[in-house]
Amino acid sequence: MSDMLLELSGIELAFGAYTVLEDASFSVPKGAIVSLIGPNGAGKTSLFNCITGFYRPRKGSIRFDGREIRGLKPHHVTAAGIARTFQNLRLFREMTVLENVMSGMHCRTRAGAFAAILRTPMQRAEEAEIQEFSRECLEFVGVREGFDREATTLAYGHQRRVEIARALATKPKLLLLDEPAAGLNAGEKQQLIELIGRIRDERGVSVLLIEHDTGLVMKVSERISVLDHGVMIAEGKPKEIQSNPKVIEAYLGQEDAEAGLDL
Amino acid sequence: MNLSDIVAQQLVNGLVLGSFYALVALGYTMIFGVIKLLNFAHGDLYMVGGFVGFLALSAISGVVGGDWPGVFIAMLFAMIAVGCLGVVIERVAYHPMLAAPRLSILITALAVSLVLQNAVLGLTGGQYQAFRADLGFGGFDIGSLFIQHNQMVLVGTAALLMVALQLFVTRTQFGRAMRAVSIDKDMCQLMGINVPVVIAVTFFIGSALAAAAGTMAGAYYGSIWYFMGFLIGLKAFTAAVIGGIGSIPGAMLGGLVLGLLEAFGTQIPGIGSEWKDVFSFAVLILVLVLKPTGLLGKPEQERM
Repeated sequence: MSDMLLELSGIELAFGAYTVLEDASFSVPKGAIVSLIGPNGAGKTSLFNCITGFYRPRKGSIRFDGREIRGLKPHHVTAAGIARTFQNLRLFREMTVLENVMSGMHCRTRAGAFAAILRTPMQRAEEAEIQEFSRECLEFVGVREGFDREATTLAYGHQRRVEIARALATKPKLLLLDEPAAGLNAGEKQQLIELIGRIRDERGVSVLLIEHDTGLVMKVSERISVLDHGVMIAEGKPKEIQSNPKVIEAYLGQEDAEAGLDL
Repeated sequence: MNLSDIVAQQLVNGLVLGSFYALVALGYTMIFGVIKLLNFAHGDLYMVGGFVGFLALSAISGVVGGDWPGVFIAMLFAMIAVGCLGVVIERVAYHPMLAAPRLSILITALAVSLVLQNAVLGLTGGQYQAFRADLGFGGFDIGSLFIQHNQMVLVGTAALLMVALQLFVTRTQFGRAMRAVSIDKDMCQLMGINVPVVIAVTFFIGSALAAAAGTMAGAYYGSIWYFMGFLIGLKAFTAAVIGGIGSIPGAMLGGLVLGLLEAFGTQIPGIGSEWKDVFSFAVLILVLVLKPTGLLGKPEQERM
């Protein structure tokens, strides 16, 4: 068996006549932190949506942990061990911080609706376990208080962490982070870098992130893949990517070049 | 009777009426929560619940009698049967329409309502059916106030069902999933929540609660007919809107408020009980004008 956790090959995604991904291939080794970068509109989030089962690619294969997951429904993909956060905050409004994280454990619970209606001892014990693990996840990401507050009343940076805690509560093998640093200040970014490292080192969860902050990408990732116009144009170690002419061209070719790759 | 007696008596009447409204309104609001559909067929599930309860009671009353124990068994049976019917309706009629424009599924709900009403009309010939419950009229006096045992059992049962629902929704993983689905379905899938199953269970519970109300109403008022769900459907909708549609505590509160308003409203000099419905719907209009989100509803947030 290969030592790759996630392997995408020949992914092709189109909406009508508009091709979003064209023969996209890349992989995430077990236990690695990999970044996916590329100019705006390159198809990065679409690629995430393909992996998590929201979009159904026309062609290609997505192997996760030695198993084909292309075409699986999103909740099955989550059950298989892939968790994800979004670019914009997507916490459940009107639910508390703790409840948000607890909802992440849905696919890891055994007690079904009927056990819940009857409140069997097994269901009660499981409920206690769920709470315990969710608290642990929150503490792991550095949220130590305000568990009973409505999630959307937390400060922005904290909401981001709660999202990560909720994703961790699904007990994933691979965590997909979609622009986790968006809207964070310099101090929070530094904490995020540490958190991503700890997620891999302490919990053994591989991480794949989309990020525009190239400083953060260079610091945190072991491998970087570059997507441009739906095509993978480069893949390698951060150093190699920095000096890759194709990558420089892709970034300089667009108008916000200064804001782009901080080489 | 002096004034305080009238108040106390109407309080009891209002609680009984309000319990029925609340039970039906709960289903309304839960279904609205998960698929944003005003299920206009919901009152008819109450009606079908009345009939299933009637059939079940007729079948078992020879063994267990027609008093409350028998009614409870019949009610349980009606809840399971109508709960399943609700799931079937969702799968057959609503599920294929989920991606369609909102108006289409609303019209589908009206069609389901007509189908249920006419099916029962066809089977019963449109006759009132005497509900063969034998509840008696025992009770006790508090001063000049008379409370029937039936009224207490009825309000107590409704309260028990509502407390159970509230516990289920706030204290269990499945209940949390249900609330999560009403907030953000896509995100739920990423949490590994099987959304169609959650929707099905919501329909089961909502329909079962309506059936419980239908059986109890049949036993309490002594008769059922195919059109009995129409008005209570509208009233439950009113109750759900008063409480804040989509909110479970709101539906309970809205049901009780509406029941009490009707009970007291008919006591205002010059407004007889024939004005009861006018009174309710006037309240609906007032709520829609003054506080469209209802008593416990939260304003809809637009995501930018």
